[in-house]
Amino acid sequence: MNRRKAKKKRVIPGFGLSLGITVSMLGLIVLLPLCSLILFSAQLSPGEFLSTVTRPRVLSAYLVSFQTAFAAALVDAVMGLILAWVLVRYEFPGKQIMNGIIELPFALPTAVAGIALTHLTTTNGWVGSFFAKFGIPIAYTRIGITVALIFIGIPFVVRAVQPVLEKIDPQYEEAADILGADRWQTLTQVILPEILPALISGFTLSFARGLGEYGSVVFIAGNTPFETEIAPLMIMSELQEFDYASATSIALVMLAAAFLILFVNAVLQSRSSKIISGIV
Amino acid sequence: MTAKKNSGPVKWILIGISAVFLITMLILPLIYVMATAFKDGAASFWKAVSDEYAVKAVLLTLKVTGITLVFNTVFGLAAAWCITRFQFKGKKVISTLIDLPLTVSPIIAGLIYVLTYGRQSILAPYLKAAGIKIIFAVPGIVMATIFVTLPFVSREIIPVLTAQGTDEEEAAALMGAGGWRIFREITFPHIKWALLYGVVLCSARAMGEFGAVSVLSGHLRGKTNTMPLYIELLYQGYDFTGAFAVSALLVLMAVIILVLRSVLEQRGKGENDG
Repeated sequence: MNRRKAKKKRVIPGFGLSLGITVSMLGLIVLLPLCSLILFSAQLSPGEFLSTVTRPRVLSAYLVSFQTAFAAALVDAVMGLILAWVLVRYEFPGKQIMNGIIELPFALPTAVAGIALTHLTTTNGWVGSFFAKFGIPIAYTRIGITVALIFIGIPFVVRAVQPVLEKIDPQYEEAADILGADRWQTLTQVILPEILPALISGFTLSFARGLGEYGSVVFIAGNTPFETEIAPLMIMSELQEFDYASATSIALVMLAAAFLILFVNAVLQSRSSKIISGIV
Repeated sequence: MTAKKNSGPVKWILIGISAVFLITMLILPLIYVMATAFKDGAASFWKAVSDEYAVKAVLLTLKVTGITLVFNTVFGLAAAWCITRFQFKGKKVISTLIDLPLTVSPIIAGLIYVLTYGRQSILAPYLKAAGIKIIFAVPGIVMATIFVTLPFVSREIIPVLTAQGTDEEEAAALMGAGGWRIFREITFPHIKWALLYGVVLCSARAMGEFGAVSVLSGHLRGKTNTMPLYIELLYQGYDFTGAFAVSALLVLMAVIILVLRSVLEQRGKGENDG
């Protein structure tokens, strides 16, 4: 039965060729480096690993990365939801431009975003001088890091929520309306449950991306140890001292955190994600 | 729709919040880059971007992007084809591995390449014997860029091919069409806009990649400095006008990509509807 099914599917030619290209590229570009990471990690002694990742400076870098990425992902979730709502539900002049500009963080190199945001938010920058009046410095603080990560993460949330919001049948809202629900009830009890998986997915994607982000953050962070030093920067400085063992140890914890976040997301995912990854 | 009918003030408050957010977070940085690049006049802008090392950085970036595009387009098409057109064991593993680079921090991407080809690697003696230099040289930059942008093309095509199904290709194959002909006449017309968009996104990311390239490049001025690395160099040397002038080129690229994207999206929509 199974074999017959497989045979029927292979009416289309090109299986060997396409699988061959895919597997050899994956092997060379992804698997080989990954194997060398695993091989190298296996040589680390557990004691060495633990003493590296529990160094106070490293722990504080993990904390800074985690805090800022989490705060940024939260802001992105709220703003992304509002943006997606506005883009799906309302008609207004400039909507096309607004829709197009959302993806700017994907198109703009992170280093460029980093230096521009830094200059804007220093205490005499265009935006920073405004906040400085209230005694809130942005650049070279954790707030600055969060700002850069908000920039990086916003398209993930909007692009996750938008298609789901578009597909919601207006009949549900009409039904809720007829049954006497006010608009707040309709929003929280009808629409929100529908888009929640997509919203969580957008949140976790921007959170995971924020944890690993480097280019836009190094400029705005100021990189003061124990204050604004992020974990990717710690890996970078170990690498510059050719201390591969420490760099790998710090990286392993970051990788584990990223995979954990994505695993939680995968568990929470809805069917739509299966369509995207091509597995039905 | 009820939501549309009675949401006057709420509608404009939400649009206002969105507009303020986008203008301060996304548009202002663009304006700032442009304004600073031309602050001292067009002549100093031109001087900064026509600097010998700036030109070399631009050329290296274009070279790296070009090579990356060739590899990732071929890979994206092959991967999308075998994932959406066939049932086989290990499909899930392949799909996961393709998306893996999206979840790995660029710095870690650089790190794993250093571990693979660097001095302490088991491959190092062989590479040295063969006279191949990968780390702190162009091949390393290219490989890391391919890694970071690996899923971009396939991720755009896979949803389109999944939605389209395999009936048309099966029919064509049963009627005796060859593989290349099926691809060219049946599959390609469906995926051309998605493919082009994937290529556009991939080139944007390839040109702008910073973290992974930063680890693998030896920061050799004129040799292994791509545009983002060159910008960092200028910025750290307090040559802000220079840094923003080179950045302006990348901003221009980003804007072109966004416009292209909108056009491609409209085209794709128009064709699918009619």
